[in-house]
Order: sequence, then C-alpha cells, then structure tokens
Amino acid sequence: MSWLPGVVIILTSIVFAMILAVIALPDYVPLEVGYLRPQWVALVVIYWVIALPHRCGPIIAWFSGLALDVLMSNLLGHHALLLAVTAYAARHLHQRIRMYGVWQQSLVILGMMMCYQMISYWIAGMSGDGRWREWYVLSAVSSALIWPMVFLVLRYLRRQFDVS
Amino acid sequence: MLGLVLLSCALLFTDYFTDYLDGLRSTLNAVVTPVIYVSNIPGRTVRGLEEIVESRSDLRDRLLELEQERLILQAQSFQMASLVAENNRLRELLGSAAKLRDHVLVSELVGVNPDPGKDEILVDKGSADRVRVGQPVLDAYGLIGQVIEVSPKASRVMLITDDRHLLPVQVNRSNLRLVARGTGVSGQLELQHVQPTADIKVGDLLVSSGLGGRFPVGYPVAYVSELDHDPGRPFVETYASPSARLERSRHVLLVFSTDQLDADLSEGP
Repeated sequence: MSWLPGVVIILTSIVFAMILAVIALPDYVPLEVGYLRPQWVALVVIYWVIALPHRCGPIIAWFSGLALDVLMSNLLGHHALLLAVTAYAARHLHQRIRMYGVWQQSLVILGMMMCYQMISYWIAGMSGDGRWREWYVLSAVSSALIWPMVFLVLRYLRRQFDVS
Repeated sequence: MLGLVLLSCALLFTDYFTDYLDGLRSTLNAVVTPVIYVSNIPGRTVRGLEEIVESRSDLRDRLLELEQERLILQAQSFQMASLVAENNRLRELLGSAAKLRDHVLVSELVGVNPDPGKDEILVDKGSADRVRVGQPVLDAYGLIGQVIEVSPKASRVMLITDDRHLLPVQVNRSNLRLVARGTGVSGQLELQHVQPTADIKVGDLLVSSGLGGRFPVGYPVAYVSELDHDPGRPFVETYASPSARLERSRHVLLVFSTDQLDADLSEGP
C-alpha cells in the first residue's frame, strides 16, 4: 500500500484547486478580480502529469474535469475534454518541460493555457455563448504568472511526502 | 485518449440537446457540494470574526435601529392586511380570482459562478427544502432571478442580468408591457422592442408582469436608466438598472406560490 499516500496527496491537491476555482471572494472585491483567476485545476493537473507521467494522465484529468463541470454548471464534458487534452499534451512534452527553468516553463504554460482557453471558447460557442471576452486571454496570462508558485509548492509537497 | 475525447463530445452533445443527463448531474452535484461548503469557510470565518469584534455600542445602535424599522414595517403590514382584504373584495365584485400572498423561504448565498459568461449564484437551500427549478428569487429590494438547478442541499440561481435570461415586465406608471433581457453586464438590463411612441421615461419603475406564468405579479425589477432614440432605428434603445442588489445580497428569498404549496401538501411529504 505504498502508493496510497501518493494518491491521497494528488487527489487532495486537485480538490484544493477546485476549491480555489469556485471560492467566493469577499463583497468588497470587484467581480472582475474573480474573473481574472488562474485555471487552478489545469495547473495542478499539468504539474502532476509532468512530475509523474506514469501515474497521472488524461483519465484522472478527465474525471477532475467532470467534477469541475458540475461545480461551474458548464455542459458536462466541457472541462473534462479540456483537461484530458491538456494532460495529453503535457505528457507528450513532459521530458522537455522538465529541462526548463521555472520561468521558461511559465512560457510553455502560457501557450498551453492559450490553447486551453481557445478550445474552451469554441465549446462555449457551440453551446450558444459565443461572445469573446478578454478574460479568456487574461486568465491564461494569470495562470502562467502563478505557475512558478504552484510548481514550487507542489514540488515541495511531492518531495516531503515522497510521492512517486 | 481518442476514447476520452469522443466520450466528452458525446456527453457535450447529449447534455446540450437532451436532458437525459440531468439525473447524473444532480448525483454528481451531491458529490461535489462539500467542495462548495469548504470554499465558503474562509468567508464565513471572516464574517464571524467581524461579528465578534463588533463593539457593544455599535451592536446596540443597530438593534435599536432594527427595532424601530420593525415597528414601522409592522404598522405598515397591518395596513396592508386590510388593503389586501379590500382589494380581494373588489376583485370578487369584478369576478376575478382573489390574489393570495406568497410564502417565502430565506436562504443564504454560498457561492458565485466564477465564469464571466454566467451570472449565477448558489444558495444554501435545495430540494430537501422543497425548492424547485423555475422558482423566483427575491431580495429585499426586488427580483434577483430564478432557480435553474436543484440539488438536495443547494440550488443554483440564474440572475436576471445573465444574457440568457428574459423577464416579462411592465412599467408601473403606464402599465406598458415589455420584455427585459439580461445583458451579461452586471447592473444592466435591456428592454426589447420599445416603440418611439411608448409611454416610458427615465426613472420609471418596472415591475414583473406575471405573463409567462413563472414570476409572480408586481415585484419590483428595475428602474429605467437610459433611453436612446436614434431616428434611423425602429425601436428605442432602452436600458434599466435592477433595483435588487444582485451582487451584494447575502440573503435571498425563495418565493413559493400558494398553488405550489398546495400541490406539495396534497402529494404528501
């Protein structure tokens, strides 16, 4: 049962990312700040796929996406599709991304999150909400900026609890 | 991988075109509700702390204020009762059905949809409290929206400013009937198809007209804020700002029409 603590850490971090994704901000913070929030779940999933490609992949990503869809009342499958594709791409690129420094990784994340938001916009467009919003881009930028923090925190957790 | 993509697409299409997945969604909803509750803990703690450090004299002042307000409201509601009785007698004379007063359930806001394309809030009452899809939601100042999704312990409310929302209203002053569309911009409604000759002015109060059968008659909705008539266009571009405090209300009221309560009671618990 040596794999159990690892699974617990991975799932806890994903659930924590979901909490950050839906957390209600206090009244005095303008709503726009909430729209600017990074795609926490995508970042956490990308980290685990890069760090442990043999353990985490599109399937875990797909199920977290399904939960996120229910939380955010999207069409079922919206985030599931997005996260599965993201995890797939991250698994493909994991050896290259691991070689980069943290800020270089941020640039890769920026590219990935732009694709993520673009597909998200397509799906939203097909389901009737096809209005372009600058938040799509800004949220990708904020995700890339917050990546070093996510990376360092999760790496610390991974080493501390020896998840492999 | 291809399998997952196809599965997601299948889910997307099924969910968009049919409602077969509603059962699955409400099951999953019950599973993820704890996440919403946990995400609400920091806010609750901060508010709890604010209550603790609020000074005694401040609290006493507020208590006094509230007590005075309650007295005034109580007096007004006695007056209201006799007016309702009189109104119903007059309606009887006219041969129309008596108006019944609606029952409400107070509910607390537990979350806001972080998606900028959706004006939705989550409240802490669900099907366990007989909340149903389509039920109107108010705050102390006017209509907020309607329930669109129910799980046992929470429900999702679409605000009237969401750009998927349409609301039949009428101008309180002239009884002119209109449809108010959400714009997706917070604090703005658009009135559709306003004729250049229509009797409508900036500052007019719009109330729900009850047409469409979903919202009760006569709740305040918005004040007309802008009229812009370009002579080249067939209609006047008209905007209104909601009277309810859509983004600021901590507590909302879920309205039960009396018919629904009767239906519930005859069905049994």
